[in-house]
Amino acid sequence: MRKQEEGSRAVAEAVALCRPQVISAYPISPQTHIVEHLSDMVRTGEIDPCEYLMVESEFAAMSAAIGASAAGSRAYTATASQGLLYMVEALYNASGLGLPIVMTVANRAIGAPINIWNDHSDSMSQRDSGWIQLYAETNQEALDMHIQAFRIAEQVSLPVMVCMDGFILTHAYEEVDIPDQAQVDSFLPPFEARQLLDPADPVTIGAMVGPEAFFEVKYLAHAKQMQAMDLIPEVAGGFASVFGRESGGLLRCYRTDDAETIVVALGSVLGTIEEAIDELREQGVRIGAVSLKSFRPFPLAEVREALGHAKRVVVLEKTLAVGIGGVASANVRTALSGIQLNGYTVIAGLGGRSITKESLLRLFEAAGRDELKPLNFLDLKTDIVDRELARVHASGPSGPHEENILRDIGVVAAEAH
Amino acid sequence: MPDPPEQEVKLYQAGTFVVGNRLLDPDERSVQARTERSNTLTSGHRACQGCGEALGARYTLDAAMRATDGQLVATNATGCLEVFSTPYPESSWQLPWIHSLFGNAPAVASGVAAALRAQGREEVRVIGQGGDGGTLDIGFACLSGMFERNDDVLFVCYDNEAYMNTGVQRSSATPPAARTSNTKPLGGQPGNVFGKGKNAPLIAMAHEIPYVATATVAELRDLEAKVERAMQIRGARYLHVFVPCPLGWGSASHDTIRLARLVKETGLFPVFEAEDGEVTGVSKIRRRVPVEEYLKLQKRYAHLFGDPPNTKVIAQIQARADRNIRNFGLLPEDGEGADLPGEAGDIAGASPGAPDPVEEAEGETNLMRLLASTPPGPQ
Repeated sequence: MRKQEEGSRAVAEAVALCRPQVISAYPISPQTHIVEHLSDMVRTGEIDPCEYLMVESEFAAMSAAIGASAAGSRAYTATASQGLLYMVEALYNASGLGLPIVMTVANRAIGAPINIWNDHSDSMSQRDSGWIQLYAETNQEALDMHIQAFRIAEQVSLPVMVCMDGFILTHAYEEVDIPDQAQVDSFLPPFEARQLLDPADPVTIGAMVGPEAFFEVKYLAHAKQMQAMDLIPEVAGGFASVFGRESGGLLRCYRTDDAETIVVALGSVLGTIEEAIDELREQGVRIGAVSLKSFRPFPLAEVREALGHAKRVVVLEKTLAVGIGGVASANVRTALSGIQLNGYTVIAGLGGRSITKESLLRLFEAAGRDELKPLNFLDLKTDIVDRELARVHASGPSGPHEENILRDIGVVAAEAH
Repeated sequence: MPDPPEQEVKLYQAGTFVVGNRLLDPDERSVQARTERSNTLTSGHRACQGCGEALGARYTLDAAMRATDGQLVATNATGCLEVFSTPYPESSWQLPWIHSLFGNAPAVASGVAAALRAQGREEVRVIGQGGDGGTLDIGFACLSGMFERNDDVLFVCYDNEAYMNTGVQRSSATPPAARTSNTKPLGGQPGNVFGKGKNAPLIAMAHEIPYVATATVAELRDLEAKVERAMQIRGARYLHVFVPCPLGWGSASHDTIRLARLVKETGLFPVFEAEDGEVTGVSKIRRRVPVEEYLKLQKRYAHLFGDPPNTKVIAQIQARADRNIRNFGLLPEDGEGADLPGEAGDIAGASPGAPDPVEEAEGETNLMRLLASTPPGPQ
């Protein structure tokens, strides 16, 4: 059924259609609308049977999901930002134990300074946590990816994070096609646990493993993600045949066939990137884009195939790996090992800074002239940064960065300091 | 340190309720003395000789298994119990058991209980367990959350009063003056400081959960009875079991039961039950003893018994015991410690497992009175 709906609500309805049995969640912006709607649906019996646990922290949310999954129930939670970091220990535990939990990450920046707006610092920080990571471009894809995520998670027995841009997607009203229950049921079979806490057949889960076997158990997580590499496109294909639309998969190419310049990015920013590409194409510029949908597992071969013929690759990412630069770009470079081309990393949109088509056009034009530096910061206010760096270099206490910068910009509230 | 005095060996025959007596009528035997005990934590694990936690866990889980007809799932915090029971590829657990992390055993248990409820399998019950660090410190938020949601979980804390698994560091359950690896009696400090720490059973009661109880591994019929009572109740329940640790306390392995008995007989560890935030029963002191009798058996207090002994600190510890005795009404009605027949054995009383009813305080609830007058710290 097509309807105009908020992204969070659409995702909640998709999760509901997957018949989760235990939902445990702790509120954090911009994830709240998802779990609020799920709470409503559990109360009204629209999701039944289902237990909704209002836990005291994200650490508990993930821990309860671990218990629920190990006890044989389909378990779901959602979080963002600081919440994701607060559950990190449990994230590694869930993947290490091989529990097929599905979690939405409503992507949001990580403090300090505290900031509720969108970037990918949160989920990217967990790229090596053993979770499969899928990045949605649109609300429709976010909705669809959740349905696929349960299939993928349960088939390879690994947890899956569906990452969607906070506010940009979660709070945007768009027309989406909500599948009906019969369709989802035909696509997603009931959860059958690979390991189960059951008095009829008692097992020990989570034993202490020493050097003699730890390596092998860890390797299994990698091997299962490699299986997922085959499974993700297969599930996307199966999804297309049941639901009649393309969603998910490992990556998506946009006008890359003859492209000399290829932009690589994740999530909703692809929309703006494609608009900029269309304009440049009209001017005869051979430029295209690759949307990375699966960041873990990282599709090395597919990325290599998609980018290998280009003259230059611009990886635009909403994450800053402090001290080196890019995260996704490092992975893209691994895929391009041995291939000679110009590679540029562009950090953009941190803490919700708008990534405008105008800025992208300037960036891509500069890239076409190979005028970019290896590491670039899109629309960074360098004069402000330089002034604060000068203060820091001077001797003596210079005060908090935020206050200094706000004062430079002229925000009234900081003047009393 | 001189050798501890020889313990008198007593042989029990039919007619006593000693916990291991298999000569009683089958119905009168403890769970552990029954032929059909489930050996939930079975032999071959790697706990130290004289480990109070292994003993407490075995009795607790066997009693819980019996009370639930074997329909039981356990979650476990990281710690000694987890490490000594599951060194891969071995496991001592004969029930479905999961260890996730140090600080999340109560939340994992909540998740298991929610899953079972969603599956309509509420006949399967859930028990969470951890040591004092995993329960009172790193797992405390998850424990409190489980309590306030009143999730159908019995959480059991095996309290040996420090982080034994990592090498005997202080926890918030470490008693004043105790020496641990990071509360050594150095620089004029008496060991662990006074006036800090937390009283988990009282905090559990403040959540007004259906059932809270304390027990020791000296009174094992009492422990079994409390587990059985706990499993008759739905909702969040908390059982705090005092388990001596020979390694961490510097006590003799054969003194584990004696120490668990003495901690109660001194008044340092009140043994009681509470329902819905109200104390419903206390185990009275049978033969009151001064705290020195308990302290002297442990090297963690050796610095108090030099030449001359640190009488000031010992008096402070005695004062804590005395406060417990007053606050919980631990002495029998006549105010004298009364010897009961067969008192030297691990007998909870002529009527196994039934604590005496507590005296009602006038004008205020038990919890209010306890919270107002009990010093912080587990003892």
